[in-house]
Amino acid sequence: MKRTLFFLGLIAIFGLLLGTVAQPTVAAAAEKTVLIGFTASQTGKLNVEAIRQINGLNLWIEQVNSTGGVKLPDGTVVKFAVKFYDDESKKERVQELYTKLISTDKADFLISPYSSGLADAAAVIAQQYNRIMITAGAASDSTYKKGFTLVYQAYTPASRYLTGAVDLLAKMDPKAKKVAIVHEKDKFSTDVVNALKAYAEKKGLQVPLFEGYDSGATDFAPFINKIPADVDAVMGGGHFADTSTFAKQLFEKGVKAKMVALLVAPPEPKFAELGEAAYGVIGASQWQPEAKYSQEGAKKAGIDWFGISVADFDKAYNAKFKEEPSYHSAGGYVAGLILEYAIKKAGSIDTAKVKTVLDDANLMTFYGVIKFANTPKDHGLQLGHEMVYTQWQKDQSGKLANQVVWPEEAATAKAILYFPRK
Amino acid sequence: MLDQFISSLTDGLLLGFVYGVAAMGLTLIWGVMAVINLAHGPVIALGMFGTYLLFTHLGLNPYLALAPVAVFGLVMGLVIYGVAVHRVINAPHLSSLLATFAVNMILIGLGTAIFSTSPQNIDFPMGSLSIGFLTIPVTRLFATFGALVVTAGLYLFLYFTRPGKAIRAVANNRQAAELMGIPSSLVLALSFGLGTMVAAVAGGLISTFFPFTILSGGPYELKSFVICVLGGLGNPLGALLGGLILGGLEGLIPTFMPVSWVPVVEFGLFVLVLLIRPSGLLGAK
Repeated sequence: MKRTLFFLGLIAIFGLLLGTVAQPTVAAAAEKTVLIGFTASQTGKLNVEAIRQINGLNLWIEQVNSTGGVKLPDGTVVKFAVKFYDDESKKERVQELYTKLISTDKADFLISPYSSGLADAAAVIAQQYNRIMITAGAASDSTYKKGFTLVYQAYTPASRYLTGAVDLLAKMDPKAKKVAIVHEKDKFSTDVVNALKAYAEKKGLQVPLFEGYDSGATDFAPFINKIPADVDAVMGGGHFADTSTFAKQLFEKGVKAKMVALLVAPPEPKFAELGEAAYGVIGASQWQPEAKYSQEGAKKAGIDWFGISVADFDKAYNAKFKEEPSYHSAGGYVAGLILEYAIKKAGSIDTAKVKTVLDDANLMTFYGVIKFANTPKDHGLQLGHEMVYTQWQKDQSGKLANQVVWPEEAATAKAILYFPRK
Repeated sequence: MLDQFISSLTDGLLLGFVYGVAAMGLTLIWGVMAVINLAHGPVIALGMFGTYLLFTHLGLNPYLALAPVAVFGLVMGLVIYGVAVHRVINAPHLSSLLATFAVNMILIGLGTAIFSTSPQNIDFPMGSLSIGFLTIPVTRLFATFGALVVTAGLYLFLYFTRPGKAIRAVANNRQAAELMGIPSSLVLALSFGLGTMVAAVAGGLISTFFPFTILSGGPYELKSFVICVLGGLGNPLGALLGGLILGGLEGLIPTFMPVSWVPVVEFGLFVLVLLIRPSGLLGAK
């Protein structure tokens, strides 16, 4: 009897062990973890914008995984994980690290680093190793005109970045004649201002000053001294560090332009640390928390709606990071969201199938419309998304507050003149 | 055009005073102990952060904050000297170069870990002074005044105090100074401390008008080398003159040509001075 009991016990233990081992195997067959690789400028001159972008992406990962991931038609549940390295805001590190992400870490999909220059370097590797890459924070048009077929842009391209400021100037002062353009001499800013200059001239404006400064410049007095006294607007800038310095010195030197419209820095909440120098400065933003994109809007436009609402994104980001999301944060989130949409619609994580969905995508998200060019000459260029223009104004208590001032249909406040200052 | 010329020259010269102070620390250390201090840049940046922290956390006026920043710079210099430089002071130049480079990397690494590389800004608006067509930010005027005070202080210290005279004696001939009873090790440590003190104060002055990160000292370190060669290695007054020349050039060149020509002219001048007057415009000391 004892012996029988002993054997029964043994069988039971064996059975239990077998069950324990077999269980995860069954689960593993049903769950697939997709690795998303990217580099992030955690240090170096781009880190303000890049960290917001990573925050946005991390929020997406957390949300998509906590809501059960993406379920494919074959029953597989796709969950997401990230692998990233600090590229120190240096182009030479980017290509090395993206190769490592694909070859060593086996990343299935890629997100670009922040900034056009770094994303351009990463795009070559993505294409070479047949990986889809969604670019965030990479507005320069030229990357998408190099024949890449797997690189997709989340941002409104540089060629349409500041042109709205010209329209706003015409609205604020129909008699405006002169625009001075001072810009960072990097890929993104150069693309933006070339398009801006062409647009301004097409609209009948003169550009008496069109000059670039080196990345990392701190003293803008030589440029500010060259701005003609009768100029109506000063436009340009580059990235956060240089543009905020430029704005500060424009104020200190008492520039008397009616409008100052700059790139990248003004929509960032940190820009308000400039104090009085931030007042009246207009920024071109890819997205603002006041944006009015909604499911109803998508329905009206006859396109798909996908993902979180604007209010929920704003609330979740505030709760997690204890700060207002900027467009860089939204850009990071939407890069992940685009991948989620494509995998869900393709019903697969196969590169070719996901690519087919992306090529035909036309959807609205909390971040705006997403639609990519699908011709060999500009494949992946963003066609659907539009910019909004913000301006630092003062609320009733005299505190600086960022308002959307253009386009009119999205405006939360009327634009004010930079000079004379009120 | 004349307006622009005068405005640009004024801006350049005002900046040049601060460049001069930044270079003074480097030139003092070189002049006394023939050490090229590659940790000069991060020390300038730490001076910026010192002023920033005292301003934001203690609400101290940034110009008053320069006093504790100077003490901090002095102490930091003594520590760097004791830890990294003293043992290699008589070794070939490469050893001290590598030792200070190591300190440079450590300070940048620590600074990045603590402060990140997000730009910081001292929001202490003082308005601008308008004289006719000239508009000068008051912060730059104060920085110029600060630079002049530091230069005068250093000059008086070196020429009219016993420790200052001891520093000059060691710079002239270390062995002879030791024979006269001057403790050269202490004097060398003090010189290094003074050099970093001046660099930290320069950083503090710069932080009142330019946003900065822990990496912001790098460009000033590079400019300091050019200034030292222009003015004369080891000569603090030469450093001020070199700073003014460099600042003036940086202000004026963009008036006539694209700004990318600035380093071409600056470093062209650097090579020219090395060829024609290797001891600098005011001569080495």
